[in-house]
Amino acid sequence: MNMNYTAEELAFRDEVRAFLDEKLPADIAAKVKGFRRLSKEDHLRWQKILVARGWYATHWPEEYGGVKWTPVQKHIWDEESCRYGVPRSIPFGVNMVAPVIIKFGNEEQKQQYLPRILSGEDWWCQGYSEPGAGSDLASLKTRAVRDGDHYIVNGQKTWTTLGQHADMIFCLVRTNTEVKAQEGISFLLIDMNTPGITVRPIITLDGEHEVNEVFFEDVKVPVENLVGEEDKGWTYAKYLLTYERTGLAGIGLSKAALEHLKQLASRRLKNGRPLIEDPSFSQRIAQVEIDLTAAAISNLRIIASVEGGGVPGAESSMLKVKGTEIRQSINDLARRAIGPYALPFVEEELNLDYEGEFLSDENAAPVAAHYFNNRKLSIFGGSNEIQKNIVSKMILGL
Amino acid sequence: MDFRLNEEQQMLQDTVARLVRGEYNFEKRLEFSESEAGFSEDFWKQLGELGLTAVPFSEELGGFGGGGVEVQSVMTELGKGLCLEPYLQSVILAGGLISQAGNSTQKEQWLAGIASGELKAAVGLQEPQSFYNLNDVDTRAEKSGDGYVLNGRKAVVIGGQCADLILVSARTSGDSRDSDGISLFAISPDTAGVERRVYPTIDGAKGCDITLNNVQVGTDALLGEEGKAADAIEYQTGRAIAALCAEAVGVMEVANELTLDYLKQRKQFGVPIGKFQVLQHRMVDMMSELEQARSMAILAASVADEEQSDERRRILSAAKNVIGRSGQFISEKGIQSHGGIGMTWEYNFAHYAKRLVMINHQLGDDDFHLERYATLLQAS
Repeated sequence: MNMNYTAEELAFRDEVRAFLDEKLPADIAAKVKGFRRLSKEDHLRWQKILVARGWYATHWPEEYGGVKWTPVQKHIWDEESCRYGVPRSIPFGVNMVAPVIIKFGNEEQKQQYLPRILSGEDWWCQGYSEPGAGSDLASLKTRAVRDGDHYIVNGQKTWTTLGQHADMIFCLVRTNTEVKAQEGISFLLIDMNTPGITVRPIITLDGEHEVNEVFFEDVKVPVENLVGEEDKGWTYAKYLLTYERTGLAGIGLSKAALEHLKQLASRRLKNGRPLIEDPSFSQRIAQVEIDLTAAAISNLRIIASVEGGGVPGAESSMLKVKGTEIRQSINDLARRAIGPYALPFVEEELNLDYEGEFLSDENAAPVAAHYFNNRKLSIFGGSNEIQKNIVSKMILGL
Repeated sequence: MDFRLNEEQQMLQDTVARLVRGEYNFEKRLEFSESEAGFSEDFWKQLGELGLTAVPFSEELGGFGGGGVEVQSVMTELGKGLCLEPYLQSVILAGGLISQAGNSTQKEQWLAGIASGELKAAVGLQEPQSFYNLNDVDTRAEKSGDGYVLNGRKAVVIGGQCADLILVSARTSGDSRDSDGISLFAISPDTAGVERRVYPTIDGAKGCDITLNNVQVGTDALLGEEGKAADAIEYQTGRAIAALCAEAVGVMEVANELTLDYLKQRKQFGVPIGKFQVLQHRMVDMMSELEQARSMAILAASVADEEQSDERRRILSAAKNVIGRSGQFISEKGIQSHGGIGMTWEYNFAHYAKRLVMINHQLGDDDFHLERYATLLQAS
């Protein structure tokens, strides 16, 4: 029983800190820490810095420009990034489609796509969900019909995160309607500039343009853009989802959000005293901090078990549920902490370069919107109910 | 980072597990519970013979200087069997208090017996008005001739019914709830003026309230410096909290196994009830609570024997808060998942459920520890 880092791991942490001290642009960190919007340019600027250091593709084999981090090293990176205000990496290229291409793609696909993911030339988005296929993903209907050297794709994808910036989309499409739903799905890589593709924004309840609808109308996709075998896409999709699920618990992000909450509660007054000294509010903060402590140890237990050769399975599903509930509770408390100033929704105050007078203060400006935005946490990456189905089946055998 | 037990710790845990499996089935436990002692004298003797009561003590006392993790290994297995023996009271609390506060004569006099199990000790730290605040001491100890005279009442002394030695806190100076002025005395229950009102507890153990009526003790009964016992009491209570958390995890493990089993066996509407999603998700929540509890029990064990600090206080209160809530959750949802059978005395689940809820009533419940944590949070 040993809950400490080894000397090598501590040295790695120092290396990470030195790198972030030196290279993380202050304006980007300020946006992240203040829950402000990041532009595509912000993301790409930071990606270049990471790639230059060789720390961008931490799931990839070294031969493709990746770096072999141990689970503990990845954890250290996550913790430190959250502390420093490193932008959350946009996972669709580097952490989602790339592992699938590396595992199931052919040599040409690897040569063509992986370098462009590293360089930032290709911004990827994910074409999984459809209006009629959410939690029941296998019921998807977007059709791809073979026609000579092409597939002709027709249908609609939705909840496409940051699709407005994307150059490429990886899609699950139906290539066979004669077999069981899961057995007729293929995994296609589609250029977003192909004629017949239309992207329409979906504005979320916080006024944010984060997700989109993507329409496909007789879109011609070369057959060489098929990954692996036709009709085997479901297997690749599931493989990808295991990558998506790790890290969804967001322990480091919750720690950062809790610090932000404490700052908010220290600066606001109730009955003439800082809110953080109010007995009932301080107990609410205490409760969520306690729960986060427990979840953080559960997270370390999973990491240590993977480090020791175990496979992260449905335990990550259990932690995704707990971790997202905790983060949502913190966002809830932050919203409560600003009292009536949760109501004003002054969008220009959300921009970092806003120079006018803040209605309340800069810390309060994004709080309510952020609370509403993060209701997504228990929905995406497999809703928390789906996670419970997974645990029920895989761990409990029910 | 490695959360596995080392080979010695694993052997220790296996030893206790084997013993509990062999000696402590459900029917026997009910007999032990109803016996006059309220536990199994024979099982206690075996714990002693195997060196298990000596685990936290030094080698001279037959132990191997076990820390939080070793104690955790023992307590988790005792929890799985819902064991009734006064391990927490005698070995952890009384043994710990004497080790920390006692002088060399007192240690010599009592520790070997506690470590071997031949001497059973209990602790009376709570009072009717104290709730969970152990600094709230109204029992008085007045200097008198060569010693002290004690007057007052100690509340819910688990294991007090069979103890050969009882450590009680009493005020030698200061006002109610002052941490300064609290002293510890080791008294024999046979001393004139010590009256025990013995009762069974709802979770199957036994305890007593103790009235001290002009109880005359010598100065040799005073443990540590007069008026300065609060630190030792807080520190050892912290060790006991970690131990209790470990016990709770053992109880929760079995409780969840029983509930899960029931979901697979019990059929209604022609299918096992575990096919119903509402019950599946509830079971997942119960497992998830257990994992949170396990994480906190591990964390608590890791600081149990560390030097006192606000960090240690915070972790122990956090752990007890989590254990209290998850225990009640697993208990209540488990009874609900079992339906009527979960309500019966004859079925073992109910006894696990009762123990889990009652653990929250020992050494401070989740509200008490949340308040304590919040106070520490503001101080930091």
